[in-house]
Amino acid sequence: MYDAESIPRIMWAVVFSLIPAGIAGVFTFGYYGFCVVFISSITAVITEMGILLLRKKPVLNTIKDGSAVVTGILLAYTLPPSTPWYVSVVGSFFAIAIVKHAFGGLGNNIWNPALAARAFLQVAYPASINSDWRVLQHGIGNLVHNITKTDPGGKLVDAITRATPLAKEAGAETYHLTQLFVGNIPGCIGETSVIALLLGGAYLMYKRYIHWYVPFYYIATVFVMVLILPPRIVTPWANNPLYHIFSGGLFLGAFFMATDMVTSPLTKRGLIIFAVGAGALTALIRFYSGYPEGVCYSILLMNTATPLIDRFTKPRLYGTRVKKV
Amino acid sequence: MINLVKSKLKTFVGGIHSREDGKILTQDKKESPLLFPKTVYLFMSQHIGAPASPIVKKGDFVKKGQLVGTAQGFVSANVHASISGKVADVVPWPHPITGVRSPAVVIENCGEDSWIEGMSVASDIDLISPDEIRLLIQSAGIVGLGGATFPTHVKLTPPKDKIIDTVVMNGAECEPYLTCDYRLMLEKPHEIIQGLKLVMKCIGCKKAHIGIEANKSDVYTIFKNIVLNDPDIKVDLMEVKYPQGAEHQLIKALLNREFKPTQLPLEVGAIVINVGTAFAVYEAVKFKRPLIERMVTVTGNGVENPQNFLVRLGTPIQQLLEEARVKVNINKVIFGGPMMGIAQGNIESAVTIKGTGGILVLTDAQKWESHACIRCGRCIDSCPYGLNPSELSILCEAKEFNLALDNNVMECKECGCCSYICPAKRPIVHLIKFAKADIAKRKAKA
Repeated sequence: MYDAESIPRIMWAVVFSLIPAGIAGVFTFGYYGFCVVFISSITAVITEMGILLLRKKPVLNTIKDGSAVVTGILLAYTLPPSTPWYVSVVGSFFAIAIVKHAFGGLGNNIWNPALAARAFLQVAYPASINSDWRVLQHGIGNLVHNITKTDPGGKLVDAITRATPLAKEAGAETYHLTQLFVGNIPGCIGETSVIALLLGGAYLMYKRYIHWYVPFYYIATVFVMVLILPPRIVTPWANNPLYHIFSGGLFLGAFFMATDMVTSPLTKRGLIIFAVGAGALTALIRFYSGYPEGVCYSILLMNTATPLIDRFTKPRLYGTRVKKV
Repeated sequence: MINLVKSKLKTFVGGIHSREDGKILTQDKKESPLLFPKTVYLFMSQHIGAPASPIVKKGDFVKKGQLVGTAQGFVSANVHASISGKVADVVPWPHPITGVRSPAVVIENCGEDSWIEGMSVASDIDLISPDEIRLLIQSAGIVGLGGATFPTHVKLTPPKDKIIDTVVMNGAECEPYLTCDYRLMLEKPHEIIQGLKLVMKCIGCKKAHIGIEANKSDVYTIFKNIVLNDPDIKVDLMEVKYPQGAEHQLIKALLNREFKPTQLPLEVGAIVINVGTAFAVYEAVKFKRPLIERMVTVTGNGVENPQNFLVRLGTPIQQLLEEARVKVNINKVIFGGPMMGIAQGNIESAVTIKGTGGILVLTDAQKWESHACIRCGRCIDSCPYGLNPSELSILCEAKEFNLALDNNVMECKECGCCSYICPAKRPIVHLIKFAKADIAKRKAKA
């Protein structure tokens, strides 16, 4: 006898829980945002089919489990809304073919495929990911984006596409906290709306596919670190922990990336160590590195440390509790 | 979310809430009719320990209750004829649990159902001594009827240096579908309590604790009323959770004592007996009746008339299935419950043994493709013994037995929570069982 839960059920629930953030992204950045998500997901599925054929594995059953779709969507959510179509195609291909299947497919990958692909794109297409943020023309099916440089006020266009508020260039500007919470701010497609991400995360917690303590400890650690650390670049918000936790990809990372089952530790103790470590790294990278955002690298680094954490956080064998003296 | 409301019922950490209950099929079937088999196959090995040795031969005439196999050594149990008739043969027969052919005495029913002389006579048990109780239990061939089939007289002979202060009686019946203990508790509550008192007397233990799952509150009330004037016997309701009826979980819930999976309850001063065993003890001591029959739940969607039957040991399950009107399209027959039961390869040859509490017949047993572990950690949360089933299943699959040993593979009690909960449908317990057997074999060779 088996429980009703299965891999497809979990994966499709994750897809479902990502919908609010997607809607928020399309609202903020226009329809091209949806196109990036769509292109990325389709590429992920097609790549998965191709690799499964090459590996002589059952194709249809594995496709139906939805894990490739999750990777595709998550990758797109970490990309700027103006990402050229070929960049998301290359990223998606890399996520599935190299990060996932080269290590043995779902369950055997060491790093979160979406994040590793994002890190890859950051190196391969630095212009698209880091600096060359472009203004989109709002409208259905308008895949061609215009090359005008960012309009500083952002008032002339419907869509906001500039680097995350954490970036140096954006340093002088401040956004109201409610703006950050709703997500009406520059950033990547799926990362800006805290409320939409919380909605999806709450659903996953209700379904018990993720544990509350992973996002909690992750975000709480960033909060505390911001209070403690002296920032390298002084901006009006530099030491405001609320500003820090609501901007950038922290909520997306905390609820959907750090909670990835395959690449995070097994036990509760291990997961808390993982979350605290990722939170500390995020704050350190944000404060002292050349990058404005540290969520992606912090989670990838903690993914790397997962086997080690597992080794030191084995569950306690029943009946071996140390007696209180 | 549900955990926020802390339940007042006693329980343990881990385990699973089964999505199927299945007890509804049989729990309200009033009478438990006796099945009278044409032929019985009595295995010499129906217990943990050395197999009994057959003392009858082909052509002998035996009467009901007559000894047909004598225990070999202390950790072993007698086997008695469950019907009167002619010994047709003593042959190796496929064993329903091990799957290996093992010697069985085959008796053909002669139609008359009479006890052998000296058996089944009521006696006065008020002044009986502990040693006499133990001797009667031993000669009656009683084993743990909860499924583990450990010889009861061995359990009632604790080492001198261990002090047993509590007898724990298991009325949890946590396996889904099975209701044989429930029906027995409803139909014979006084006899069960008498049996419990005999066990207490036998080991000189003053206190007893009865654990009953909350879905059997009617039994709880009945027991509570019986022991009203007995402050030393406590009855408690426990949460409905699997494996609530396993020794470790039962003792944790009722007495809040912990001991290692490979240790016995006597390490923490307790002895656990099943309600079925307590009833058998009463029958053996009061009436000198050996263990020749037991309650068996025949259930599942593969039978039209699921029921509890009083079944003679060694009855071919074919007859039980016919009695329960088995459907034509069944695809799985399981000895025991859905969690720990053993699927049967050949239902023509399978017969009941002392440990058979249920026969689960299914038409829709699904065959799942198993996937690589996705490291969700649900098995770790569900493991009541604090193991890491995820890692163990991977190590056992790769035949890394030394690493598996380092990860306490031998401490696994095979309760099946991990396999049940696994979203990747990995046959975790199956892999662990194979590894354990392999490790034991290597150890024996060395």
